[in-house]
Amino acid sequence: MTQKILLDIRNLTANVAGVEILKGIDLTIGAGEAHAIMGPNGSGKSTLAKVLAGHPSYEVTGGEVLFDGKNLFELAPEERARAGVFLGFQYPIEVPGVTNSSFLRMAYNTVQGARGKDELDPLEFDDYVQDKLKLLDMDPAFLERSVNEGFSGGEKKRNEILQMAILEPKIAILDETDSGLDIDALRIVANGVNQLRNADNAVLLVTHYQRLLNYIVPDYVHVMDDGRIIKTGGKGLVLELESRGYDWVADEYRARHAA
Amino acid sequence: MSTVLQNLVNQPYKHGFVTDIESDVVPKGLSEDVIRQISRIKNEPEWLLEFRLQAYRHWLTMAEPMWPNVKYPKIDFQNISYYSAPKAKKKLNSLDEVDPELRRTFEKLGVPLHEQKALAGVAVDVIFDSVSVTTTYKQRLAEVGIIFCSFSEAVRDHPELVRKHLGSVVPPGDNFYAALNSAVFTDGSFCYIPKGVRCPMELSTYFRINTQESGQFERTLIVAEEGSYVSYLEGCTAPKFDTNQLHAAVVELIADNNAEIKYSTVQNWYAGDENGVGGIYNFVTKRGLCKGVNSKISWTQVETGSAITWKYPSCVLLGDNSIGEFYSVALTNHHQQADTGTKMIHIGKNTRSTIVSKGISAGVSNNSYRGLVKIGAKAEGARNYSQCDSMLIGDKCGANTFPYIQVNNNTAKVEHEATTSKIGEDQLFYFAQRGIGAEEAVSMIINGFCRDVFTQLPMEFAVEATKLLGLKLEGSVG
Repeated sequence: MTQKILLDIRNLTANVAGVEILKGIDLTIGAGEAHAIMGPNGSGKSTLAKVLAGHPSYEVTGGEVLFDGKNLFELAPEERARAGVFLGFQYPIEVPGVTNSSFLRMAYNTVQGARGKDELDPLEFDDYVQDKLKLLDMDPAFLERSVNEGFSGGEKKRNEILQMAILEPKIAILDETDSGLDIDALRIVANGVNQLRNADNAVLLVTHYQRLLNYIVPDYVHVMDDGRIIKTGGKGLVLELESRGYDWVADEYRARHAA
Repeated sequence: MSTVLQNLVNQPYKHGFVTDIESDVVPKGLSEDVIRQISRIKNEPEWLLEFRLQAYRHWLTMAEPMWPNVKYPKIDFQNISYYSAPKAKKKLNSLDEVDPELRRTFEKLGVPLHEQKALAGVAVDVIFDSVSVTTTYKQRLAEVGIIFCSFSEAVRDHPELVRKHLGSVVPPGDNFYAALNSAVFTDGSFCYIPKGVRCPMELSTYFRINTQESGQFERTLIVAEEGSYVSYLEGCTAPKFDTNQLHAAVVELIADNNAEIKYSTVQNWYAGDENGVGGIYNFVTKRGLCKGVNSKISWTQVETGSAITWKYPSCVLLGDNSIGEFYSVALTNHHQQADTGTKMIHIGKNTRSTIVSKGISAGVSNNSYRGLVKIGAKAEGARNYSQCDSMLIGDKCGANTFPYIQVNNNTAKVEHEATTSKIGEDQLFYFAQRGIGAEEAVSMIINGFCRDVFTQLPMEFAVEATKLLGLKLEGSVG
């Protein structure tokens, strides 16, 4: 494909608490694409997601990442968000006392402001958010609850996608968004993500199950193991992984690199 | 990011300046002679001098309380001057007559003394050091029979009311600092709401400590007669000094049958610098007596200042069906120490109390909630609900909760809930990932945390309190 490159990761290495977790990641994501990163627990998938978003506990030790042509690591986490990097959290954080509506509006207005667009007052924002709620089949009462506090696992994940819908990022990195969702909720969330996709944005799905990928069909599937991407394929790879597991991919990789 | 967490609390004290006005200072030290001198300067009746002297003699037999969870060097009570007043040239009738220097001070502080405030419906009884300088809207209040004046004026003009109620809720020998206050108090506020009158405006007092090393011993007495209502606001700021200043106020509230008193405080006295040098010692006794049936007393406080806060606004629920409430936000930063809470003493039947306490600790500060819920043997059907939440900013501060519950009647229901949370990296990262910077994030989290208390404050005060917390935490989160 010859379309615009949104995210270009080159030989990225990163540590957490002094331990090297990412050992050289190369990945290029173009506008309009959906990528999936699969792999066993502990392979570094979530670390990659957090490093891209700028979590302070992760230390980048090498390589570079260009986002929309800019050096991603020169941007503070909030600047990345304003520039259009969105992370759907695996474990969304609870914020007691802060209502979802005020949190969403603050986020929206901050991002809008950074993009040189008009901010919305509470009434205007309410109109805006109602449409987004419908997209995810969410009860408006949900806006008056504290951010993620007392939410079920499924509600938290829906709330993440609601935020994605409101912020309209260029790249959405969805970290295990399918975990904790029953099949109906999974369909609604996946449908929401699909509707938000267009030729100018991209999604990076981090998951270790196939089921989400039945609904959000990836253009590319990457298998991660021990801090590296060890195989890349098309959507057909998903089924193969589902039936054969991950070990054979790792075996192949080792055989290739032992030679 | 942890430097963001550290920077958000480091806002220099905004109101730190000294006003250059000649003060009439009684020599340092405390003795019966000093008390007689204060009483003489103030032209007090004999019974009040007796009240002071008895309190003083009692105080001599008492020891400083050592149980609060705070540390400070021993106070030399002989090294404090117990009376200081701006040298008043004559009686003032209008604001124009107020010392221009003093007025500039108030303007710097943003004390809303001017006419705009009339539109906002707030009467301000200004206390500068120890003497009331001016009282506004007194006439409008007088039309409905409300007395709102300085304590000295009340002693002069309404001695029978003062004599009847003074010390009836906080007896002169109640505790070490209340006894000291009773012996040497110089001025304060007096408020009397007659039977059936609903006070038409919020009553507001701004306190300010000025002369260096002059102890502040305010005395406030609010009496709400049967079926009356009053909302009273107390706001405080003080200039910056290196020498610690002792403040030991006493506030007494009395609510008769079906009367309601709402008492709100925003306290922002000088807290000392970021190394813990200087700051006010705020050792206050506040107590309300729900004397009549169906009476109600509500304390709402936002405590952000002082080096040390030692304060337990309490309710004695004597009348059947009476209600006591305590809503508190206490914020400590740097080396500040707070040991604050409430006492709810249930004596009458079907009495109810609610305690909502929010403690926020940042820097290397220490913040303790201390509360007593006591259900007396005859308090059939009494109920209490307590909620004590602590929030930590950073990992060098401390929060403690000391709830004491004594139930002597088996029909009582007492509930206590407590939580501790922390503004941590993960929370701030979550906000950042949604485009929200650390300062806005902390401000949102803190305001959310305090929401249950802020909704109890009068509208104007709630806005001030929100701003104040933001200011106090600026730079503490990185």
